[in-house]
Amino acid sequence: MAVRRRPLLAKVLMHVGLAPFLLFALFPFYHMTLTSLKTDRELYDRAAVPLVIRQGPTLEHYQKLIWETAFMTWTKNSLMVTGMATTISVVIGTIAAYALARLKFFGVGTFGTGIFVTYLVPTSLLFLPLAQVVHWLGLADSKWSLVVTYPTFLVPFCTWLLIGYFRTVPKEVEECAMVDGATRIQALWRIVLPMAVPGLVCAALFAFTLSWNEFIYALTFTSSSDQFTASVGVTQELIRGDIYFWGSLMAGAVLGSVPIVILYVFFLDYYVSGLTAGAIK
Amino acid sequence: MAVGSVRVGATPSRAGLRVRELLDRERFLGPAFVTPALLLLLVLVAYPFVMALYFAMSNAFIGRPSHFIGTRNFVALWDSDSFRQTFQNAFVFTGSAVGSKLVLGITLALLLNEQLWFKRLIRGAVLLPWVIPTALSTLGWWWMFNSLYSVVNWSGIALGLMDPPGPNWLGQKYYAMTAVIAVNVWRGLPFFAICILAGLVSIPKELYEAAEADGASASARFWNVTLPLLKPVLAIVVLFSTIFTFSDFNIVYVLTNGGPINSTHLFATLTRQVGLESGQIGQGAAISLYLFPVLAIVVWIQLRFVRRQVY
Repeated sequence: MAVRRRPLLAKVLMHVGLAPFLLFALFPFYHMTLTSLKTDRELYDRAAVPLVIRQGPTLEHYQKLIWETAFMTWTKNSLMVTGMATTISVVIGTIAAYALARLKFFGVGTFGTGIFVTYLVPTSLLFLPLAQVVHWLGLADSKWSLVVTYPTFLVPFCTWLLIGYFRTVPKEVEECAMVDGATRIQALWRIVLPMAVPGLVCAALFAFTLSWNEFIYALTFTSSSDQFTASVGVTQELIRGDIYFWGSLMAGAVLGSVPIVILYVFFLDYYVSGLTAGAIK
Repeated sequence: MAVGSVRVGATPSRAGLRVRELLDRERFLGPAFVTPALLLLLVLVAYPFVMALYFAMSNAFIGRPSHFIGTRNFVALWDSDSFRQTFQNAFVFTGSAVGSKLVLGITLALLLNEQLWFKRLIRGAVLLPWVIPTALSTLGWWWMFNSLYSVVNWSGIALGLMDPPGPNWLGQKYYAMTAVIAVNVWRGLPFFAICILAGLVSIPKELYEAAEADGASASARFWNVTLPLLKPVLAIVVLFSTIFTFSDFNIVYVLTNGGPINSTHLFATLTRQVGLESGQIGQGAAISLYLFPVLAIVVWIQLRFVRRQVY
């Protein structure tokens, strides 16, 4: 009995130790959601307990967000920009990663280092001159500027991630196909890519998440409400002067995160493996 | 077998054959495959970077022709109180945030590495702050730190940890910095925990068994087995995080926008204020380039020590 109880006690203690971390990680989401469902009367009642809803949940903040602001337009913009930037980046990243992982040609080492270095360049270093480039391209104040600029940080990421995956596909499989008469492109398309599907899914998921979450470029390159992405629209339009619509702000923060949460619930394991592969491989 | 049946058309034309032949040669296919990425990075990363250098050495102002003024912007910044404050903030912010994330990250990873109930669920919960859009989750923190309705203060007072009304988190200098650091730790901790966990999992069990057989205590096992073997992972995670914490924008922009009185400004937020809101592009570019030395050092360390084996 004594032998069995000690591990159980240790196990319970582990969970007790984890509790503060879980509280820290999850409380902001709980509080955001709770606030978005409260009536204004309860929200601004300083005597009320902020941790629960006493006066019944309401959807009025969500209704206000959807009908009285351009939230649906921002979400559509976000989906468009994210979808296109992700597709472009995964395609460009895939072929570049294949070349870097498999082919020998002049400058391959330099290019590999270049990709790694750009992978580390933060967006906040370049947004000022990039705003000028966007202007010259005739894309100022347009969501298309984001479709063009997001690949600058997505392509290095996808390439870096996929190099690792392509290296796990044995060279012999590909060489066999080529001995059988397939061209290199056919071997890539029919043999290597199907074997690297987990890597492609991972790259697409991260590209989607990174561009959905991007903020500084979207904030800098767009200035009209109908071009905003969800993050920019919610932070810019729901605050008028000194009046904060806290209920709707929180509703916007919750709804703006929904697409990512859905992906996250279905692909948690890919997120975990991609996170470590991106940093460690 | 399946591959043998793959054919491009019935009778490929001469030109088609030539292209096919070229594409089979690594010397042609390689450059062809990296060209799109290369063009993108030249036009939208390398070129803007050169432009940033040019702007920083000019007196560029929105809508006015600019002249070359050498390093005067970089020097002039040191006369500005807001820049000196920002410079200091950047190091305080990065040092405290990365340090806290490292210590908490190791602790959390050690806990996650144990036999847990609902392991997947717990891991999912821990990683959540990292995947949610930062600008939006920071709005939630903004509300939690609100001067009148702060749930942080309400809980602190209810638990007897604070005297009413509690600190005005975003309105007072040191509290504002604490708040900004706390949110950065909240958002970056999952990255540390998950990467360190991956490092922990890869440590061979035999080492612990051997140490235990030699009579090493739990803390001795941690200091003499776990920590030395984690060093490479810790180095990479700290280097990555240093860059992205140092260049952080979203959290400060949403939470305090640099205030009160510049006490939480970071290079990125000050760049925006000076370069875009006041239109002094030259000065703004010079501020953003102060990010560069740290970036260069981290890249150099990574290339020299950490990734030497790859390229």
